[in-house]
Amino acid sequence: MIPEHMKQELVKRVSGAITNREAAVDVMKELQRHYGWLSDEAVQEAADVLGLSPLQVEELATFYEMIYRRPVGRHVIHVCDSVSCWSMGGESLLQQLERVLEVNVGATTADGIFTLLPCCCLGNCGKAPAVMVGERLYGPVTPEGAEAFIKGLIESSA
Amino acid sequence: MDQILFKHNRPDRVISFDEYCAESGFRALRKALTGMSPEEVQQATIDSGMRGRGGAGFPTGKKWSFVPRDLPGPRYLICNCDEMEPGTYKDRVLLEKNPYLLIEGMALAGYALGVEHAFIFIRRGYELAAENLRRGIVEAERAGFLGRDILNSGFSLSLEVHQSAGRYICGEETALMNALEGRRANPRAKPPFPAVKGLWGQPTVVNNVETLANIPAIIDKGPAWWKSQAATPDAAGTKLFCISGHVSITDCFELPLGMTLGEIIDGPCGGMRNGSNFKACIPGGASTPYFTKEHWNVPMDFDPVAKAGSRLGTGGIVVFDHNTCMVAVTLNLVRFFARESCGWCTPCREGLPLVQHILERIEAGYGEPPDIDILHEHVRHLNHAFCALAPGAMGPVDGLLRHFKDELSEHISGKCCPFRRDTTHTC
Repeated sequence: MIPEHMKQELVKRVSGAITNREAAVDVMKELQRHYGWLSDEAVQEAADVLGLSPLQVEELATFYEMIYRRPVGRHVIHVCDSVSCWSMGGESLLQQLERVLEVNVGATTADGIFTLLPCCCLGNCGKAPAVMVGERLYGPVTPEGAEAFIKGLIESSA
Repeated sequence: MDQILFKHNRPDRVISFDEYCAESGFRALRKALTGMSPEEVQQATIDSGMRGRGGAGFPTGKKWSFVPRDLPGPRYLICNCDEMEPGTYKDRVLLEKNPYLLIEGMALAGYALGVEHAFIFIRRGYELAAENLRRGIVEAERAGFLGRDILNSGFSLSLEVHQSAGRYICGEETALMNALEGRRANPRAKPPFPAVKGLWGQPTVVNNVETLANIPAIIDKGPAWWKSQAATPDAAGTKLFCISGHVSITDCFELPLGMTLGEIIDGPCGGMRNGSNFKACIPGGASTPYFTKEHWNVPMDFDPVAKAGSRLGTGGIVVFDHNTCMVAVTLNLVRFFARESCGWCTPCREGLPLVQHILERIEAGYGEPPDIDILHEHVRHLNHAFCALAPGAMGPVDGLLRHFKDELSEHISGKCCPFRRDTTHTC
């Protein structure tokens, strides 16, 4: 369950919206920030705050790339697989990251720190291949530099 | 040419509010609110010849003129910053350097349209741009350039940032309005067009970031001056071109509209990267048919690019060298569109995965000659989808069929991709 003060914040956000559901994406993001992902419990809580049914929230949650309906690691590594990054070695980068992290795309490392996901264009095409970790953009991350990149992430989050 | 949008840029940081004001920032807003009627602001925009910078290239002033001013209830203005077209990153670069041009431009557009409540719909991942905008809005409010009774003119405008959670279709204007309302972002049927019935059923204008950021210069220096910044007499204004792929310098440049493709690649892009030759490019974002060497001298302006069989789109140019397999490029693009289809209409939901499957087969060496006919049929039939996503997805397929027919046939007859060294088949 979310703490009462957080619930009050969300209620305030909703009451400031033109219609309740206008705040839906913000509410889902806040709950995700709290839980790390949008659990079934969070969907129910979002529905309560927004005055929607859980199914209506589910319909939105499953639509967006950045709302996670399954548990993820502490850091989600999004690797762009769109055309500019692809042309600069994005496919090899993803393979290298799978090797370095010892997970397949879509999975979370055994220690629960990293989840590796491909994603759509990050709007960082001039610095391809581009990667987004959490909400921070990186690039270029070359396939050769994959190992050093992960090492850097571990050091900066330690 | 003078720079219009990048004129204020600092090399390594965002410009401050005070710096922007000192460089004649908000002068256009002052000029409009103290000496121009809303109709005059709209007329100046029409006279400038400004065409929307988000991809479709629709004349901006004309779009504004479609908004009925006599309907009851509010009207809305939305800035579309859901920049998710692969190869496009101009709006991010602009907003990371300067959020104030957009804020001033939205105030001017809001004045012209009689809007009191405007939104900036920004994609996820653009955190710095969103942060700059939120701060800039507070600063502009404090200085009296936003909020109630701006500069004692009686005109009021509140500006709100809505940050999305990542989905390409949200950039389609009617899907964007559903997203903003907190509904699943499927596109809406047109008509009614948003100008008449848009956000919450009210008249709504949706304009791109770059479009709105140009309005201050049009008002401040006049439409004739603004128009004359282009490279050709037919073009109007400057354009942000964002470059990626196999050139030496992959950056976002503000250039006169109408420079030729060759001038852009050999000029600001510093030519092809070492040891590579130009083969083709995507001229304006993922949904635009390819240009090849034969298009080297096409002026990069809306009509000349359309005449040459493609679209200027967003100005996102992705360059490919002689080692690039165009079937593989097309497969990558179609895979993107298939994944980003909202699934609302059958042609898009079912058609794109089929096209993807066929291209996968051809690329893997299992293609058959009739596959080419199926691709042709889909380029034609997917025009009948509900929105522009599926026809856009067929842009690269259309380009592949028109310009790289031999390469396609080679994949099929040779039963492998001639560009892949790791293939299990031998060509």
